[in-house]
Amino acid sequence: MIAGSSDRAWSRRLESSGIWLLLVAGAGIMFFPVYWMFATAVRPKDEVFSGAAGLIPSSFVWQNFADAIGRVPFLNWAANSLVITVVAVVITVTINLLCGYAFAKFRFAGRDILFLAVLSALMIPFQVIIVPLFLVVSELGLLSDYWGVILPRAAEAFGIFMVRQFMVSIPDELLEAARIDGASELKIFFKIVVPLSKPIIAVLVIFTFMWRWNDFALPLVIMMKQEMYTVQLGLNLLRGQFNTEWTMIMAIALLSLVPMLIIFTFFQRYFVQGISGSGLK
Amino acid sequence: MAIAENLRGPAAGRPSAADARRYWLQAKRNQLTPYMFIAPNMALFSVFVFFPLLYALYISLREWSLIDTPRYIGLENYVRLANDALFWQSLRNTLVFSVATVPMSLAIGLLLAVALNRDLVGRTLLRSIYFLPVVISNVATAVIAAWLFNDNYGVINTLLQRIGLGPVAWLSSPRWALFSLIVTTLWVRIGFCMVVYLAALQSISPTYYDAAKMDGATRWQQFRYITWPLLRPATFLLLILGVIYSFQVFDLIYVMTGGGPGFSTTMIVQYIYQAAFVSSEMGYASAMGMVLFVMILLFTLMQWRVNRRVEDVA
Repeated sequence: MIAGSSDRAWSRRLESSGIWLLLVAGAGIMFFPVYWMFATAVRPKDEVFSGAAGLIPSSFVWQNFADAIGRVPFLNWAANSLVITVVAVVITVTINLLCGYAFAKFRFAGRDILFLAVLSALMIPFQVIIVPLFLVVSELGLLSDYWGVILPRAAEAFGIFMVRQFMVSIPDELLEAARIDGASELKIFFKIVVPLSKPIIAVLVIFTFMWRWNDFALPLVIMMKQEMYTVQLGLNLLRGQFNTEWTMIMAIALLSLVPMLIIFTFFQRYFVQGISGSGLK
Repeated sequence: MAIAENLRGPAAGRPSAADARRYWLQAKRNQLTPYMFIAPNMALFSVFVFFPLLYALYISLREWSLIDTPRYIGLENYVRLANDALFWQSLRNTLVFSVATVPMSLAIGLLLAVALNRDLVGRTLLRSIYFLPVVISNVATAVIAAWLFNDNYGVINTLLQRIGLGPVAWLSSPRWALFSLIVTTLWVRIGFCMVVYLAALQSISPTYYDAAKMDGATRWQQFRYITWPLLRPATFLLLILGVIYSFQVFDLIYVMTGGGPGFSTTMIVQYIYQAAFVSSEMGYASAMGMVLFVMILLFTLMQWRVNRRVEDVA
């Protein structure tokens, strides 16, 4: 009996190690493309095309990054992306919070149908409306303008949905008490609701930042002048123009990831919260 | 609220005319508050989503190259679509792409979630590595993938040749190009599926498993009769999100293969972009968009009904 149970413990442990090894191998494969981008970016340039290039670069040429920035207007693209992303985050987070709060905490005529309309916006693929959207932006005189890519995406259905789900659990008594004290609705929102909503605000900030920084299709259509290009548009341009200069392309690709990598490293748990807390339970 | 208002005043219980007026104004303002709070969002949605959707329908019934005036042609664009071999090919590509990526990303995501839900050395790091591709932009992913799969100097072919295989024309042969795209998409998607499944797994109460163990259920039976049914909402959500994603994936393909070689990786959304912004056929592009919209709508409704029915039975 005792031998049998220790046999089983033994086979359990063997199985665990087997799974662990598989997971580590899988993680190696998953991480390899990111590593290879880095390895290509820092390699001596002539090593890229010799079939014998080792998995580890023979030397680390950090100068490659400076060279790449010197040759293409990466800083200009980054500045455009940063302006668009920061302004979009501020607007989206503010109006989504207000909107989600109204849907969560007020009763008003037409509320359910309006909320359904918000949800249905989630289902409309961007390419379905790309032609009229282009025309609307063009009519507003916003082609090749920061606002032309900020405004069409400022109302984010997913964000409203997340905020509403979160704010439903704020106790009504708190809001009523403030109303009895004569606080205005805006004051209640900023002094009570916003401080209680810090977790969802963090999630929303991070997600909006990621969506806007990584956006491609909308800027592709709206930004017609190259000096208005975002990082993603620039990267795409490089892929077409410098087809074989992989060292430079990988260096710029790596630089384009830096903001997301920083956010990912420090705020990982918010990604998980945002994905898991938004409609599963 | 009226009570509260009156209680504060000196003439509690006997509202004066001024009190009544103040109350009326307050109530009026309270009624307007929620509308004011949702107004910015709703205005933006109307201008940039709902109006364009109606406008797309309007344009889809017209012939229009942007520089001439739109001409009403009825359903001609839709008839042309039905007879357009390229449209059918892009539709087929989209379906092959979806069928290849959605179930597989769910399956791998589920396996990873179950494995990484156990107590393991380095669990957090492993989870982060699997999740990392989710935050990388599709453009960067496409650029990296194009380099890895590069026919001549890509590391995949280099490694294959070292063990005496290949080289494979990953990006320049139609079949392999679609395959490379599918592999890249799986790389992007499995981390997302994993996180959703992990969250769902963690919300399952351990008491179910304790009870099952008492009854002598094997681990497969526990998975089959406890875990899998309780994961159904997560599976449902991932299925819908996965199909919507794969029906409208644009940037990854645009940057990685440009829809080629030939039209072997042209999806419906690529063809829409091509029709609108390369050949300037706004009506035709909009008609295609409407078809895509109806397809996604039908799929979602169908899923919804299937999900409802299963729930009723359960």
